[in-house]
Amino acid sequence: MAEDKKNNASRAGTLDDEQRVKVLSPSMLVFKRFIRNRLAIVGVIFILFMFLFSFVGGWISPYGEDEVFTHYQGLEKDYASVTVSSDYRYTPFEGAQFPSIAQSKFILALNTGKTDFEAQNQNYSIEERGEDLYVINGLTQVLKGISNKMNTKLQPVSDASLPEGLLEAANQAVGEGLERFTHQDVEYVVSKEGKEVRVGSAAPVALASKKVYDAKDGAAQMSFAFRLAAETAINEGRLSFEADGRTYQLEIDPEVGATVTLDGEIYALISNMVVNSYISGQNLTLEFKDAAKEAIAADATEFTHEGQEYAVYRNNNVWDIKAETQTLVVNAYEAPSGAHWLGTDGNGMDLLTRIMYGGRVSLIIGFIVVFIAALLGVVLGGMAGYFSGWVDGLIMRIVDIFNCIPSTPLIIILGSIMDAQRVNPQIRMIYLMLILGFLSWPGVARIVRGQILSLREQEFMTATEACGLSISHRIFRHLVPNVIPQLIVICTMDLGSTIITESTLSFLGLGVKFPFASWGNIISAVSTVHVMTNYWFVWIPAGLCILLTVLGFNFIGDGLRDAFDPKMKR
Amino acid sequence: MSKYIIKRLLISVVILFFVTLILYSVMRCIPTSYVESVARERASIPGGKSYQEWLTQLNAAYGFDRGILAGYFTNWLPTAIRGDFGDSWYFNIPVVEKFNNVIWNSFALGALSFVLELLIAIPLGILAARKQYSKTDYAVTVFALIGISLPTFFFATILKYVLSVKLGWLDLFGQVGRYYEQLDTWGKILDVAKHYIMPVITLVIVSIGSLMRYTRTNMLEVLNADYIRTARAKGVSENKVINYHAFRNTLIPIVTIVGGTIPSLFAGALITETLFQIEGIGWTSYQAMIAGDIPFSMFYMTFSAILTLLGTLIADILYAVVDPRVRVA
Repeated sequence: MAEDKKNNASRAGTLDDEQRVKVLSPSMLVFKRFIRNRLAIVGVIFILFMFLFSFVGGWISPYGEDEVFTHYQGLEKDYASVTVSSDYRYTPFEGAQFPSIAQSKFILALNTGKTDFEAQNQNYSIEERGEDLYVINGLTQVLKGISNKMNTKLQPVSDASLPEGLLEAANQAVGEGLERFTHQDVEYVVSKEGKEVRVGSAAPVALASKKVYDAKDGAAQMSFAFRLAAETAINEGRLSFEADGRTYQLEIDPEVGATVTLDGEIYALISNMVVNSYISGQNLTLEFKDAAKEAIAADATEFTHEGQEYAVYRNNNVWDIKAETQTLVVNAYEAPSGAHWLGTDGNGMDLLTRIMYGGRVSLIIGFIVVFIAALLGVVLGGMAGYFSGWVDGLIMRIVDIFNCIPSTPLIIILGSIMDAQRVNPQIRMIYLMLILGFLSWPGVARIVRGQILSLREQEFMTATEACGLSISHRIFRHLVPNVIPQLIVICTMDLGSTIITESTLSFLGLGVKFPFASWGNIISAVSTVHVMTNYWFVWIPAGLCILLTVLGFNFIGDGLRDAFDPKMKR
Repeated sequence: MSKYIIKRLLISVVILFFVTLILYSVMRCIPTSYVESVARERASIPGGKSYQEWLTQLNAAYGFDRGILAGYFTNWLPTAIRGDFGDSWYFNIPVVEKFNNVIWNSFALGALSFVLELLIAIPLGILAARKQYSKTDYAVTVFALIGISLPTFFFATILKYVLSVKLGWLDLFGQVGRYYEQLDTWGKILDVAKHYIMPVITLVIVSIGSLMRYTRTNMLEVLNADYIRTARAKGVSENKVINYHAFRNTLIPIVTIVGGTIPSLFAGALITETLFQIEGIGWTSYQAMIAGDIPFSMFYMTFSAILTLLGTLIADILYAVVDPRVRVA
């Protein structure tokens, strides 16, 4: 530039009009040369585009940097299971006990066709009241005797006094071959074993039935009397029955079972199917159970209850009822669409928006790092160049030392330390800029020093000295401005390489961290081969952004270097 | 000349001293909780020593119980000068032994791509300079700048995506194939060579640009020189001008810079090796650094510093040797 000025000045004296028109100011010359370079123009377009894309784009984009997109997905969740009841259920009589050992003895007796059995020194008799409906009576032996061919002599078992006339009634019953008889409202059962005849008073202990009762409120227990009355009514086909002093209406559906209504409201369901909820702590409503049973009876594969859809899957005698539930799902790796032009990433965030914000981060980091490096480089390089001697020696040795420090390993180590210390991502970004800036100033310092060394010897510097300007004024007002062309070139190139360094670190997971986006950490998703193979839209656009930006800076830097070079003639 | 070399060597030693001192200080500034966590981790390995034992041992072994300067002078420096860099925490073998195991892989990778780089970059650079501002020149310039601008990890991923995912020609990563052990010697060599294809392409493309640009710039400078005009004026054929007069002069700066990069062949390619899992010094030290393996990291950084110093030294010496016009004071 300085040379340009001189050339113009020396020619000025002999210019004729024709030539005068062509004389341009040095900066205009540089500009003209620059815009004549097609690559540089392409670079400017790239960079302008990237700036608009990152800074305006992020602002225009309807989505936020870390906005997660989700949708509801219908999932069939296990809701309930229905099983056909094949076991007897026992309802003990009020105040009576029917222990489990007796229950198993009952099954045993039933299978062998006996009508009485004994458990834990207690005799029971079985009374069939309908299909799969038995009343179990507890027997208290009162009389026993040996039967002969003709007559039987019964004797009281204990010394306790018998009800009046019982002996006679018993004898009569045995003589008539009756199995049971009633005396004074107490039922007695006659049982024979070989020649021995026993007479015992029978009191109902429990009701055994395969029917399942679902009551209105889950905890309600149906009484013995209610069940007996209800099931008897079902077996007899009656439409109402009385129990516990209330009249219940019955609605019988041979496939499903029966519905008991009280005062027009469903009171209980009776069927041979058990409906259990898969979800712990959830009580299924009677209506749901009814609907489920009806669906199963009708062999349906799905039914709707209260607006909710259920699917029924049969597995032998078990039916699984699955509810169509809506689950919140993150839109991970969604392919490009109208809503998300570049799809979404693994966290369900809009990739285009992430890339825009990533561009902001990358560009800002690039500029700040280069600014730090340029500032340090100009000050130290300027001092070294101007003062020479021991100042120069010292600064240049520092430059040598910094040049020798392997920056990539050092940054990786510092990054992994920050990882271990769980540094806040925002503070981490600041550290990253400082570290990168502090490691890259020596290159700038070297160039500035070299330039200043040669400029220092020129006449205009002698002039400044003669004018008595202060040293800092001489360095920063007269020397440094002359270094600016080279400085701009190297800074432009450095911007590119800083963006590459930053994105490489972010790619390795050691630079900019989530939730902040950076082109590097968007691409780092490819460390899972699955993502690389199947979701090109996650990493290719971000990579192209890096490439275009760095290429743009390099084109501009290259063009500027040519334009600033007075020897270049085009 | 020898006086100059000795002087430069001495300066290099001083620089190296300060570099290692800075690196050691940085390492020591790693919060102690980090060493503690390493000790805790070590102690949790079954059959190992207890946490306290590890902590005291680690602190004593690396001079962490002393100040930074004291630790450097009494602990690290004396052993390092003797070539003993201690045991790697991550690999559990002496650092130097691990280095010997992996360095040749790195060198092979580096040398292969270096040769290819020279073979491609220099002719293309010269071609571009000869036809300045032609389409060829633009193509070469754009190609070179794209190479410079491509982030290694992105280019490597594209290569993987195209060559191994889409076309299925090569393995995604690794240094040897699955059936390596069953192959004969020739097969083994071919197998390794196959696994080196993608890393070598990556390295060549990513680093070829600067050499190409450098060659072009120097060739242009030489072509503008007076002696070239003289040669042309004499009626020397254009081929002879280029290949004999110009090329030889272009070689001066190129040899200088190329000579200076020879030591870096040993430095390994950290990103490329890591991405392709080539068992070289780059990947090894990356693993060590991520794991906070201070002895290995210290060694690797010292080693890199030595290579850089050696590179500048070689470049400076070559500059004087190759060009007889340069006089060394």
